Amino acid sequence: MRHLLSTRNLSRDDAVRILDIAEDMADVATREVKKLPTLRGRTVVNLFFEDSTRTRISFEAAAKRLSADVINFSAKGSSVSKGESLKDTAQTLEAMGADGVVVRHPSSGAPQTLAQSGWIDAGIVNAGDGTHEHPTQALLDAFTIRRRMHGSAARGRDLDGVSVVIVGDILHSRVARSNVWLLTTLGASVTLVAPPTLFPVGMGTWPADVRYDLDAAIDDVRPDVVMMLRIQAERMRAAFFPNSREYARVWGLDDARTARLAPGSIVMHPGPMNRGLEISAAAADSTRSTVREQVANGVSVRMAVLYLLLAGGGEV
Amino acid sequence: MSAHEYLIRGARLVDDRTVDLRLSGDRITEVGSGVDASGATVLDADGLLALPGLVDLHTHLREPGFEQSETVLTGTRAAAKGGYTAVFAMANTSPVADTAGVVEQVEALGRAAGYATVRPIGAVSVGLAGEQLAELGAMASSRAAVRVFSDDGHCVADPLLMRRALEYVKAFDGVIAQHAQEPRLTEGASMNEGALSGQLGITGWPAVAEESIIARDVLLAEHVGSRLHVCHVSTAGSVEVLRWAKARGIDVTAEVTPHHLLLTEDLIAGYDARYKVNPPLRAEEDVLALRAGLADGTIDIVATDHAPHPVEAKDCEWDAAAFGMVGLESALSVVQAAVVDTGMLTWADVVRVMSTTPARIGRLRSHGQELAAGANANLVLVDPSASRAFGLGDLAGKGINSPYLSRTLPGRVHATFHLGRPTVLDGAVLPAEAVSAGVVPAEG
Repeated sequence: MRHLLSTRNLSRDDAVRILDIAEDMADVATREVKKLPTLRGRTVVNLFFEDSTRTRISFEAAAKRLSADVINFSAKGSSVSKGESLKDTAQTLEAMGADGVVVRHPSSGAPQTLAQSGWIDAGIVNAGDGTHEHPTQALLDAFTIRRRMHGSAARGRDLDGVSVVIVGDILHSRVARSNVWLLTTLGASVTLVAPPTLFPVGMGTWPADVRYDLDAAIDDVRPDVVMMLRIQAERMRAAFFPNSREYARVWGLDDARTARLAPGSIVMHPGPMNRGLEISAAAADSTRSTVREQVANGVSVRMAVLYLLLAGGGEV
Repeated sequence: MSAHEYLIRGARLVDDRTVDLRLSGDRITEVGSGVDASGATVLDADGLLALPGLVDLHTHLREPGFEQSETVLTGTRAAAKGGYTAVFAMANTSPVADTAGVVEQVEALGRAAGYATVRPIGAVSVGLAGEQLAELGAMASSRAAVRVFSDDGHCVADPLLMRRALEYVKAFDGVIAQHAQEPRLTEGASMNEGALSGQLGITGWPAVAEESIIARDVLLAEHVGSRLHVCHVSTAGSVEVLRWAKARGIDVTAEVTPHHLLLTEDLIAGYDARYKVNPPLRAEEDVLALRAGLADGTIDIVATDHAPHPVEAKDCEWDAAAFGMVGLESALSVVQAAVVDTGMLTWADVVRVMSTTPARIGRLRSHGQELAAGANANLVLVDPSASRAFGLGDLAGKGINSPYLSRTLPGRVHATFHLGRPTVLDGAVLPAEAVSAGVVPAEG
């Protein structure tokens, strides 16, 4: 694997292999010394054009557990905010000998532009680009689902027969996009639920069902997984929905809806959560909730990705 | 005045006659067979098609203010290379062409360069801000004699300002060329809104944002009895609205760009900023509807929207990239590929949509004339049987932001004559000194 830009072009075998390697990486975290020498002497740059402490420290922990040297380049307040172009930044990192660049960028497609440009030789990991994709989030979500479904027998398994309902701002969500492609590739069935204003037009080509009624989705699909997406406050001001109270009432995972979920089903959220808006405190803190597991699994999955990109892990 | 005499030998006209054309001074003096060549430089035009010089109603020459992108000189070199002898220069310069002073300057720069007749377009509103009418009358009565007014790059979104502008320019036979883009529906938008924009996570530019403005404006034009021109029509729905308006007798004309006749939005899947343009590339069904609209006369003309940018404005991530493509040098080949080689337009139709009608809309009498004795000697010799991989050597302006680089395109401009003087020979643009030497000094 040369770069990880999107989950769209991952095959089922690719995805299962990444998840299996992530299982191996998770085992490392249970040891007394949580560290592998695999990427010793390799340099990973976390190039963040948007603030995201959670994602950045997850990648940082992953790289450090593989013994890579980590450079954090926060483009805010740096030469970039003084007008330096993506090209010049990339060439600077190239000159410094970066082997891998983990990039978070507000512009959709910026990681792909980096990967195709010839400005830099390093392997590129998309850590979230605009409203496009966030592939490692989807991989950690798939990993989390697989572990909850299959426990210690998870290795080698896909997600055949698993039903997932994703609720929230599909239009602006890179998490939703990456999850739709990945989860369906792995065999899960995906239902998307949102107010009609928060779906992109032309959803007919997506391999997912589209519904507007969360209650009906819960009762009809009987989902194994309910994934709630974060609602940004600014959507309200742009007339996507009237106000947060109405959103919470119609599309929030409140206590009553949580209580109707099938036994054994799980509740996921990529964080950070708006408690009381898209998810109630009880749902977030219940035993169904995988929010903290997702954070822990994120490190394992990112270790697997960095390993495959930088350790000559061969073709995935 | 015998300095420049040319005899073009054996050129084919669009009516399939093969003729010799003698050019003397700025006129065509003789068209026929066996025309006397004495005292003239002879050009063998065997196998070449002679067309009236092309007229572009929508060019961005960038000067004054954005000379790093293009100048009047370099932009008209690009025009000559593409077979154009006249270009209408859009008003979004810095300062904006919203006063007589700026339009006279642009006109004079064009005259000094000599590659093509430059007709400035005046801004509709002061500073293109869409609030207050620019000095339309002063620009109309200036030496630049402006007849086309446009805030292109911005829509005249305020319906009352649009109404007033349409009414006001009737006083001097002007026309408002509208950039039809409802601003609220297109905030942050940079590609066609559809399945692909949803997948790529790029904010969509919905067709309705164009169509609703065109619908409003044709109704306004009907109400006040004015002449309206619609810039760069890009959607199937816009063609329908225009067809309806024309059937109703509304005095509206419309243009389509070469790129909207050939390219589709799926080119954007790799986030290559060369394909970022406004209005955006649309879907296949839009392209087919635009071709059909051009063929049946619903769309009157092809205009390039030639929009040069410096390299760094495209060598970047999608969101940071500038909108626009260069188009003058490739336009005729792209039109040939999209609608001539597909059997939808004849070469006579090409003359109509790329020369005669744009000259008429812009009230430019010296261009778009039939190639006959007495006509102004603005013409282009084309080799329609040529085929080439379009490359940097085919570009002659400052901008290299062409979406056609490495694409194979049919046809090739062999020579261009502007007011009786060659600007392109053997496919090569002549040096600036040679072209400007023949320039007639500006009057008064």
